[in-house]
Amino acid sequence: MANEVVDHGRRRFLTTATAVVGGVGIVSAAVPFIKSWEPSARAKAAGAPVTQSLKKIEPGQQLIIGWRSLPVFIVNRTPEQLAALPKQDPRLVDPKSDGSSAEQQPTYAQNGTRSIKPEWLVMVGICTHLGCVPNYVGEMKPEPFDPNWQGGYYCPCHHSRYDMAGRVYQGVPAPKNMQIPPYHFIDDTTVQIGVDAKGNA
Amino acid sequence: MANVFVRIGDWVNERAPGLAPTYRKHMTEYYAPKNFNLWYYFGSLALLVLVNQIVTGIFLTMNYDPSAAGAFDSVQYIMRDVEWGWLIRYMHTTGASLFFVVVFLHMFRGIMYGSFKKPRELVWLLGMLIFLVLMAEAFMGYVLPWGNMSFWGAKVIVSLFGTIPKIGPGLQEWIMGDFLPADATLNRFFALHVIALPIVLLLLVVLHLAALHEVGSNNPDGVDIKHGPKGNRWDALKPADGIPFHPYYTVKDLAGVGFFLLIAAFIIFFAPTFGGWFLEHDNSIAANNLVTPAQIKPVWYFTAFYAIVRMIPSAFGTAVWGVLGMFGSIALLFALPWIDVGPVKSIRYRGTGYKVALTIFVIAFLCLMAIGMDLTDEYFPKIFGADIDITLWDNVFGRIMTLTYFGFFVFLWLYTHLGWEKTKPVPDRVTTHD
Repeated sequence: MANEVVDHGRRRFLTTATAVVGGVGIVSAAVPFIKSWEPSARAKAAGAPVTQSLKKIEPGQQLIIGWRSLPVFIVNRTPEQLAALPKQDPRLVDPKSDGSSAEQQPTYAQNGTRSIKPEWLVMVGICTHLGCVPNYVGEMKPEPFDPNWQGGYYCPCHHSRYDMAGRVYQGVPAPKNMQIPPYHFIDDTTVQIGVDAKGNA
Repeated sequence: MANVFVRIGDWVNERAPGLAPTYRKHMTEYYAPKNFNLWYYFGSLALLVLVNQIVTGIFLTMNYDPSAAGAFDSVQYIMRDVEWGWLIRYMHTTGASLFFVVVFLHMFRGIMYGSFKKPRELVWLLGMLIFLVLMAEAFMGYVLPWGNMSFWGAKVIVSLFGTIPKIGPGLQEWIMGDFLPADATLNRFFALHVIALPIVLLLLVVLHLAALHEVGSNNPDGVDIKHGPKGNRWDALKPADGIPFHPYYTVKDLAGVGFFLLIAAFIIFFAPTFGGWFLEHDNSIAANNLVTPAQIKPVWYFTAFYAIVRMIPSAFGTAVWGVLGMFGSIALLFALPWIDVGPVKSIRYRGTGYKVALTIFVIAFLCLMAIGMDLTDEYFPKIFGADIDITLWDNVFGRIMTLTYFGFFVFLWLYTHLGWEKTKPVPDRVTTHD
């Protein structure tokens, strides 16, 4: 029964075809395992907007609330802090938030104070470097990390610094200004975070 | 009675004739150079710590709860309520740090005596893979107690992948299974830490040793005993300067084990946190996603690589450069056999330039460690006065050290590829032969 002549072309075709089909099968079988690492439906569902009253936040004070498990900073900025903002422009990476940070805020917060109302800063308190929560250092006094400190944020992880509008200083590891979430004022003393006035998330 | 053992031995040999020769090949008839010194303890010690981590790890899983709600409390439960639980956990945590102590010294030995050079490139590459897996293993283990440092450590390390342009943010969510470290993250890190990575680690260790035993061990003189004269007390065809691994080096290593266990026991019983170096104080606080610890830094063994991330500023709107720098600092070690092509292996017979460069490299590595541990933030004001700009000084110092780290590899490439090295004559045999 032995075949006298071996058909090498046929043998090579069968070997290649088996390898290719087997390879496709292995790759396809890997997809469910890789996809199983994606955020689950339960994790995705936990992202509803949150509402916060501003009545008890004194000037210069910061409140941190959770939204989508992210810390959101709400600061009642003092007139002094607001007055210092334009003076920081030469020391910042993107003072007008229209360069590398163009995507870091909704258009209604793309202004000098990065907010809807000048005094109220609403910001996702996540450093744009590697995701730490920067410390609020609101007082204008010389700090160990900056003798000419004008108030702002200091990240404990890699020493990135931001001003009172979450705009990043030059010469630090963080590349962008901190993110402003979509938000709107329901009334004068209540803010809703997660949706803008038109209801867009 | 003895007869029974002989008969059992024969019974096994008949059915598995390859077992006894394998044992002889790797133990009693593995001829290692007779001039091993202190630096040659760290390979066997690494194996000892690996066994310790596996045994204590198995017992920790018996009481640990891998869920965001229960993890922190279950670790406290192990420490307070489980009989001897504190000892088992401290053996595991101290073992983790000592693992890196012996592995760093083991790697330094390899660099110093040229053990990565031909024909041992594969041994070196497998060893570097072990180092890489060990870092992943240590990082995931560090997350499991779910203290606040665990949480923020996980966040920062996973965010390293988030800096990759385009795919970064999606990749980051994929790794965490959520928008921040959460239950899903903890569960998968537990699975990887206790099952997947230990299996890979064990396989790599077996391959590392198998590759070593194929080519034979290097030694402090960097001469190959296989190319030297033949014939020793045990075998007329084997290297004259070799002695059987068992019993000679097993006994020597046992002495090292005794000394090592003495130090390890002292740490476990008297200084298990090692002043916040092995176990960080902030990790005694449960994970809190809204508050970053005041001073966040990785465990000591990651600090040098971490300092490199910190020292490289963002550019062109992305922070990926620091991450590339960190991975590059490890990738260069992988490539060492092709960067340093000097024909002389051991530092004993290499050029002065090499000795100076290696010394500076070690100093730069230690300085980067100090920067990563924030020691510079603490001591610069004490040395240079309280009114200095720490960020500026830290950055200047750290960037010089980062450049020095990478400069070592550039220098080594030029030094050996362009033939600048003036070596001393290498002896024909190990210097301590009869």
